[in-house]
Parts: sequence; structure tokens; C-alpha cells
Amino acid sequence: MSMNTQGRPSAPADGTASAAPETFTGNKALMIEEPLLFEIGHVDNCGVDVPDAPDIGSRLGGLERSEPAGLPGLSEPEAMRHYVRLSQKNYAIDLGIYPLGSCTMKHNPRLNEKMARLPGFADVHPLQPQSSVPGALELIDTLAGWLKEMTGMAAVAMSPKAGAHGELCGMMAIKAALEARGEARSTVLVPASAHGTNPATAALLGYGVKEIPARDDGTVDPQAVADLLDDTVAGIMLTNPNTCGLFERDVIAIADAVHKAGAYFYCDGANFNAIVGKARPGDLGIDAMHINLHKTFSTPHGGGGPGAGPVVFSQALAPFAPLPEVVGEGDDLRLAEHRADLPQSFGRLTAFHGQMGMFVRALAYMMAHGSDGLRRASEDAVLNANYVRAGLSDLMSLPFGDRVCMHEVLFDDAFLKDTGVTTLDFAKAMIDEGYHPMTMYFPLVVHGAMLIEPTESESKASLDLFIATLRDLAIDARAGKTDRFSGAPYHSPRRRLDETRAARQPRLVWTPAEPVKEAAE
Amino acid sequence: MLRFTKDHEWVRLEGTEVTVGITDYAQSQLGDVVYVELPEIGRAVTAGGEAAVVESVKAASEVYAPVAGEVTAVNDALAENPGTVNEDAEGTGWFVKIKVADVAEVEKLMDEAAYKAFVEAEG
Repeated sequence: MSMNTQGRPSAPADGTASAAPETFTGNKALMIEEPLLFEIGHVDNCGVDVPDAPDIGSRLGGLERSEPAGLPGLSEPEAMRHYVRLSQKNYAIDLGIYPLGSCTMKHNPRLNEKMARLPGFADVHPLQPQSSVPGALELIDTLAGWLKEMTGMAAVAMSPKAGAHGELCGMMAIKAALEARGEARSTVLVPASAHGTNPATAALLGYGVKEIPARDDGTVDPQAVADLLDDTVAGIMLTNPNTCGLFERDVIAIADAVHKAGAYFYCDGANFNAIVGKARPGDLGIDAMHINLHKTFSTPHGGGGPGAGPVVFSQALAPFAPLPEVVGEGDDLRLAEHRADLPQSFGRLTAFHGQMGMFVRALAYMMAHGSDGLRRASEDAVLNANYVRAGLSDLMSLPFGDRVCMHEVLFDDAFLKDTGVTTLDFAKAMIDEGYHPMTMYFPLVVHGAMLIEPTESESKASLDLFIATLRDLAIDARAGKTDRFSGAPYHSPRRRLDETRAARQPRLVWTPAEPVKEAAE
Repeated sequence: MLRFTKDHEWVRLEGTEVTVGITDYAQSQLGDVVYVELPEIGRAVTAGGEAAVVESVKAASEVYAPVAGEVTAVNDALAENPGTVNEDAEGTGWFVKIKVADVAEVEKLMDEAAYKAFVEAEG
């Protein structure tokens, strides 16, 4: 036999296992302590050759900078390593389950990315002559057609950039419709469980907000809506399914009451992903609804890409939709961009036409799934949320009883009562276990809310592991083993942050340790 | 004697002026207070209308004027040390003083026992 005579040990020596000493660098193996960009580089360095600026004089009237800008100077590998290291500290849907309720962190299929990188889509410019981009116009028109088909609505505005922007778009159309009737109504009704952006949107447009209290079962009572309705109410902003993960069963009765009072029905479509292919908002009496392409239709978000929030309109509101809109048929598509095209439109919402890259991805997702696949995605999202509910309902507490939920399941902190463990502690302990926490303390209608949305992307194996982890944590919390929670997270690069100090004494500007050396002349 | 509102403000009447703050229960629910926005002196406030904003690590909440009147003083010290609201909500953590339009309105607010019962029923 051949002997290893190198002297290289292949296993730890007996009895050497002990607490790890602090490292000299502060790094922990591949977890690197990353300095700021300014602290890595030096102003004298530059990663590229920049020619000296010619002396062109100044027309800034003495307002030009006289001090060196003090920009960080890094070589290309230094700059690249910095950002790659930062990216490795980030948690992403590409790394694991991202169960943020109401955020719909579903997988972003790679096929979407491939389509978005086709040069005909990737390289178009919004100021190109329309005649040079018939393919892009056709894609926008096709996507608009799918969105109208799925929602049963008459028109769609493609330009809104995200959910809250879509809310603003929809409510501006409602305001324009009321003004066209010669009415200046003053109030918007918003349920207690609404996303905070709903009342903010209403307030931004100058409306007062009246809150609709939640019924004991977590949904909106049509009688409570009727009690608040009068001829000062411009509309209602309702989320369906709502943020408790429950379908508003009385939505049609609510819509009827709203319309009878001469008001309009805005639906926050953030949770449309639960009902695609199952229910059409147009059939529920909805007048306007935004669709988060970055949630329901799998385009990247949360740092990965811009949102996109097209808004669909009922026949009643369609004339007031914003510009531009793709009009025409077949090979004769064009963008209607002027008032003359749509005289009642409330105007333009954005400089250009919308998030083209997201349109490509969303349409790729729709075409890859087909109508049956999109319906199945909704069903699987609901199934997965209920699998999580069923797996945890004996240990964690459900504020509205153990009943079937939609695409997300809402727990409260009743199961932690008198344990000394809070929802925040519980979430921090999840970080130690390698999970991104769920949405915490929202919606506001339940105490210590934990809102979990697994999405259809997770396999049974992934959900089983997630459920088992939460069960372990819940058992320890209830058994009084609180050490695991009170100091969590223990294993992350940074321990629990002092949110109070961060808010009371924020350090918003980096200041150099010593004066920045002037750039070499 | 302190009086209380259902929105968890407290009121202390001296002559025709009231001092207003948020209750100890309110500060315990809010958590660490990090910012307080106070009204301008001389502003007219209505009963139940917004008088100030208190922001904690958890949420931003409006503080309502318990009675109608005119703002005569604000607690500027809260700008430097918003934590005073947590430490002494019903004393040095006061928010505003209001010259009351109708003193009888103050008497209609809850007394300490009624407020305590109200909090227990809510909690």
C-alpha cells in the first residue's frame, strides 16, 4: 500500500473541538467584513483611463465645485469584488423561500429573462419612431389583451410603474369621472385591513379617508359600507382577497351599494395572484384595479427589478384612462399619445410608455403557462398557503379560526402570550434558521401579525422543512426556552439592530476618518 | 386631576388651560418613541382634530386634541429627547397646552377609573 507521508492531517485531532476563537480579520470564513466603497479605494486610483478634461471654461457663474469631489477610486477587480460580496450578504428568492405575505415573492422564471434579452426588446428606446418598433407595440397590445381577458375589464393603462402608482392612476380616473359629472366628492372609504398605500393614495388626491372597521371574521361587512355611503363618497378602495388572506365574499353586495350611491369601486389588485383564472374582477363590480406584474406575473422585484402596475378599467371609467394607449389593429398599431385621441383622458401619468422589460417578462410567463397553467398557479398558491396553515394550526394561532385561506395565511401572537417572546423575536429566530421572516405586524387588524405567503413556487419538500422549522420554534417558545429568541439573530453577520437608536440618532452621511487627500494635479 | 380620552390622550386642567399628552398605556403600546411633531403656537384645534404626530419604531400615530381651543405652548424638549414620552408620559412627556374654549367639555372626558376600565375592556 502507498502511505501518505505529507503530514497533512485529514481529520481534527481528538479533543480539539472547542469554541471558535475570534479571527484576526473579523471575517468569518467566507462571511467577509466588507468596508464601504470609500474605505476600500483611494481617490488617486481609477479603474479606467479617463482623458484629462479640456479647459472649456465655465458657464456656471461661480457655482462650480471648487473642492475635489472625493469620489472613491477603485480598480475594476476591487469594485467588482465589493459588489459581489455585498450581493452574497443579500437574501433573494433565488436562494430560498421568501414567505413575505402580501409581497408574492415567487420564482422569476429564467425563460422570462431570455425573452427580455432579445435585442428587439432589450435595445428599443422610447424615443424611437413608432414605425421602427411594431414588434414592441404588438407585444404591449397582446399583453393588454391578456390582462383585459383575465380581468373581464374594458380598458387597461399600461404605464403605471408599480402598485401604489397604479392606485394613484385608478383613483385619478375616478376623480376625472366624477368631475366630468360635475361632482366634487370628498371622501374615500378604506377598510381597516388595507395596505397603507390605499389611504395615502386617497389623501394625495385630496380626499378625506373614512375607515371601515373589520368584521369579526376579518372581512368587510356590506352593511358597514352602506352605513358610511352618501353623496360625498367618491369611492371605496378594497383589497380582494384581503390582507388577512381571506376572500371578501360580499364583494358584489359591496359593489352594488357603492354604485347605488354614485361612487366607484377601486380594487387593490395586489392579491390578484390568488384568483387568476378563477374569478374576473369585472364580474365582481370592480371599476378599476391595478395588477402587479411583479407579483402575479413573476417579474423580478424587491431590489431585483422595477415594478410594473398596469390598471384595468370598467366601461364606466375607460374613457378617463391615462395616455398613452396602443390603438389600431393588425399591422396598423400605433400609440395614441394626444388629447385629441382620447379627449376625456385625465392625461399622462409617466414620461414614456411603461416598463417595457417587465411587459416582455410578464407576457413570456403568461404564454409559457397558458390559461390552464395560470389557473393552476393560482390554485397551487392557495394550496401551498393552506398546507402551511394545516401544518401549523395546532401550535400557532389563527385569529379568525381554522378556516380555509387564500394565497396567504395570517397568524397572530396569541400562541406566544405570556411566553415573553414577541412576533419580532420569533422572526429574528427564523433568520438564525436560515429563513427570511414572514411579513410582521401587518395587517394592523390583528395583534402581532405574522403573514405567510409561500407562493406556488415552493415544493412540498421545501414547505415541509419550513413548517418543521416553525414548529420547532413554536414548541421552544411555548416551553419557555426563550434564550433562542431574546438575543436572536445569533448567527447572522450582524446581531439585532438597535432600531430606536437608528431612528433617534441616524448617521446618514459617511464622513472620512481623515481629510480626503486632494487628487494629484 | 387627570382626564382621559378613548384615543389615549390625557388632559390636566389648570384654570382655562389644559396640558395634553399621551397616556402611559399608549406609550407602552407604541414602543420607543423616536419623533414628535408638534403644532404651531396659536393654532386653533377642534375636539378630535389632529394636534400632533408621534412616531415610534412601530408606527406613526396622530395625537388628537381632546377639546377645542387654541395652542398656547408646546413641549419643545421632545424634539431633542423624544424618549421622554416613554419615560414620563403623564408628566414631563406632555405634548401641548391648549387654552380651552369651553371648560365644561373637559369634565365630560373619562376619569382615571373609567379610563382604566376602558383600557382593560380594549386589551
